[in-house]
Amino acid sequence: MSLETQKKEFKPLIVAFCCNWCSYAGADLAGTSRLSYPATVKVIRVPCSCRVNPLFVLRAFQRGADGVIIAGCHPGDCHYTTGNYYARRRMTLLFSMLDYLGIERERTRVEWISAAEGVKFSTTMNEFAQTIQALGENKRLEDLRCKESLE
Amino acid sequence: MHGTDQELAETIRRISGVNTRKCMKCGKCSGACPAFDEMDIHPHKFVSMVEKGDIEALMASKSLWNCLSCFACVERCPRSVEPARLIEAVRVAVIRQQGASHMKPDAVPGLLNDKLPQQAITSALRKYQK
Amino acid sequence: MQKIGVFVCWCGSNIAATVDVAAVAEAVKSEPGVVYATDYQYMCSEGGQSRIRNAIKEYGLTGVVVCSCSPRMHEATFRKTAQAAGLNPYMVEIANIREHCSWIHKDKAEATEKAIILARTAIAKLNLNQPLIAGESRVVKRALVIGGGIAGIQSALDIADAGYEVDIVEKSPTIGGKMAQLDKTFPTLDCAACILTPKMVDAAAHEKIHLYTYSEVESVSGFVGNFTVNIRKKARSVNADLCTGCGDCTKKCPSRKAKDEFNMGLNNRGAIYIPFAQAIPNVPVIDREQCIKFRTGKCGLCEKTCSAKAIDFTQKDEIVEERYGAIVVATGFKPISLENFNEFAYAQSPDVVTSLEFERIMNAAGPTKGQLLRPSDNTHPHEIVFVQCVGSRDTSGCGKPYCSKICCMYTAKHAMLVREKYPDVNVHVFYIDVRTPGKNFDEFYRRAVEEYNVDYIKGMVGKVSPQGGKLRVQGSDLLADRQIVIDADMVVLATAIEPDPTAKGLATMLTASIDTNNFFTEAHPKLRPVESPTAGVFLSGVCQGPKDIPETVAQASAAASKVIGLLSKDKLLSNPCVAGSDEMLCNGCSACEKVCPYGAISYVEKEYRIAGKTQVRRVAQVNSAICQGCGACTVACPSGAMDLKGFSTKQIMAEVDAICR
Repeated sequence: MSLETQKKEFKPLIVAFCCNWCSYAGADLAGTSRLSYPATVKVIRVPCSCRVNPLFVLRAFQRGADGVIIAGCHPGDCHYTTGNYYARRRMTLLFSMLDYLGIERERTRVEWISAAEGVKFSTTMNEFAQTIQALGENKRLEDLRCKESLE
Repeated sequence: MHGTDQELAETIRRISGVNTRKCMKCGKCSGACPAFDEMDIHPHKFVSMVEKGDIEALMASKSLWNCLSCFACVERCPRSVEPARLIEAVRVAVIRQQGASHMKPDAVPGLLNDKLPQQAITSALRKYQK
Repeated sequence: MQKIGVFVCWCGSNIAATVDVAAVAEAVKSEPGVVYATDYQYMCSEGGQSRIRNAIKEYGLTGVVVCSCSPRMHEATFRKTAQAAGLNPYMVEIANIREHCSWIHKDKAEATEKAIILARTAIAKLNLNQPLIAGESRVVKRALVIGGGIAGIQSALDIADAGYEVDIVEKSPTIGGKMAQLDKTFPTLDCAACILTPKMVDAAAHEKIHLYTYSEVESVSGFVGNFTVNIRKKARSVNADLCTGCGDCTKKCPSRKAKDEFNMGLNNRGAIYIPFAQAIPNVPVIDREQCIKFRTGKCGLCEKTCSAKAIDFTQKDEIVEERYGAIVVATGFKPISLENFNEFAYAQSPDVVTSLEFERIMNAAGPTKGQLLRPSDNTHPHEIVFVQCVGSRDTSGCGKPYCSKICCMYTAKHAMLVREKYPDVNVHVFYIDVRTPGKNFDEFYRRAVEEYNVDYIKGMVGKVSPQGGKLRVQGSDLLADRQIVIDADMVVLATAIEPDPTAKGLATMLTASIDTNNFFTEAHPKLRPVESPTAGVFLSGVCQGPKDIPETVAQASAAASKVIGLLSKDKLLSNPCVAGSDEMLCNGCSACEKVCPYGAISYVEKEYRIAGKTQVRRVAQVNSAICQGCGACTVACPSGAMDLKGFSTKQIMAEVDAICR
């Protein structure tokens, strides 16, 4: 297989952690408004962005995810008052560590998307998917043993 | 030296570190100013003129040299806009203008007398000769 | 191993048009745990629901996955369905293949592939689900209102009228709050006392309301439905049961050095005093710092005067413990201190007063019996300057960054009242903006200008200097581009307001959050404006943000209705998706406790027998009635002891794995 065809066939795998109260509802609104974004984006519902353990992000990369996005309520609007601030701090640390490990900074993102921002959800996901598409496959953290053991 | 007035205004804002957008137009600066009557453009107008980029008029204004730099406006401003710093910045802009010399070498002999120290003339020449 | 049934919904053509639903049902049949899979036109319809119920019974399902619309839409519906068939409602998972799939993708193959992955993800999660049971807690049918101003009184009256017991805790010797100090109220100019004092009497006379005046909240524990509160009843030194409220003692008291708080320090009061004539309760209190008896041991004149033998110098503070189902915070406000605003000469001249002081000067029960007199020499003023926004909208750090909201209106009121009573007095108002949103508010302000000839000047005062008995006011008139100087007799400062200083400590006790200005934060700025994020704590009045009397009363009643809604329940069902700690893994580090926004985590010393030895260990415990299930603690926990039910680490990991397969 030539390099070029390989590139064409590359379909990125994107995991989106969305908080139940804002971003998941924002994703629902994107759906209700029929605002499309690539099918490569798969959403996992969490109660709050602060529930996202850095381990989840690492696990996703190990299993071959090409990009991970964490979406929560806007600062000050968190359903649990301060959860998104924790998420922001934790992810800042995690991302700088990933950066150190050689994972491109663009593969990870924290976004604030409210329940009313269906448009923002879809544009963010489109943009993110494009970025990941341009970056190509995530190889550095992918753990083949994880993949094999599953199959 | 300068292009459009907006560019000049941007320079003024940069030199002074003043964010003119913070002004809520309360006029406390002009209310506090002890040199108000000596000014043609008053402190609150100074801020809005910089905001609008109307700098040429400010550079030509009397206020520039009548401001005492007492910083009463800076002290009193509830939004930390600090008009006196703007005035100072426009002064600097005037001084930095090339070719707009306030003092020519020809004027030096006329100034020489026993009462005026020569250093003063030298420094004035250096300061105002562009 | 679970026995899982998968139900794929067509949602008419909403899903079926872009997702091959039969293919999805077929594809998941081989997933671990799946024993049954089917598709149907409308899963949420009665036909669909009965299919689920029948399948649960027929196949002995232990879990159900419904591939349909968003769980925000029908999760509750399908949980009820499962429960009706004898399944634990938390053994239901939804795969969102409508909003997150069929509605946003056009390519059928692509959408079907994604739908299968989403279904697998839900199955993977469900395989790790545990039946969860919502906890129950009893509701104590009694409410506590902290603060006895108009906000607290209104909330208490509304709750009591609904038939529930209410206690009001007020730190000063009387209820009434700031409104009792006001003269008239805008925009109707009715007298504050005339409309407030009947409400005070109502509150005191109400059989369901109990007043704790001269008392403070000492500590709060517990949670929604069941708070335990310690109230400190400060020693009045007067036996309230014996006192007849005749007031003889207050007249005899030889100490006259204390500033009268009710009159904003404009005159002095005795050491034994009743704050004002209509005070409730009408029982005096001895200010022990001022009382000669307490300071020197000699005097006791009040004791000798009192025919009811009510004076009791030996009285001590008393702590009362009470239990409540709900707490209303109504702690109110105070004007800010003007120490950062020397330019207005407030400290130098007694003729520069705050607006609240001016209220007392204008009030018939005030220090001047309602006559407009200068505090310095008791003469009639002819020029009065009002300055608005003193300390409000100030980001320089001297004042407050917010708009205090009430000043524009009360300044217009003051100006109008002065012109009404004393047409010979010239009134000038310096304003930055005049803000009058509110029913009949702008009309009120325009009346001040048009009918009462009040001189409104767009600009700000830069300096006030006392000169020869007058006040030289220098300010700017921006519209005329002039600097003006007014030789005034009095200057009235529309001082910014801030939350009462007790708010901060109280917020900590209640684990309710406050903003950078110490205003209590509401649960949602638009949709839950009277609830605090802490369950069972409600907000009433200015403690939540600056507001005028009509708004305060409206919010007080709104808070009361929320309390009534809570107290009308016998039991509270709590969300079972709460955090829990594995005590064997917990190392007692307190990391989780620090991040918990609700104070739901506490620590206990527990004895364990490990390898034949008894060991005492400090372990975290989550109060499931307080926990709201955000999961902040689960990530903070360094030992992995903390987990969240319904969204456990393993479950989310399984979802990640399923997506990334």
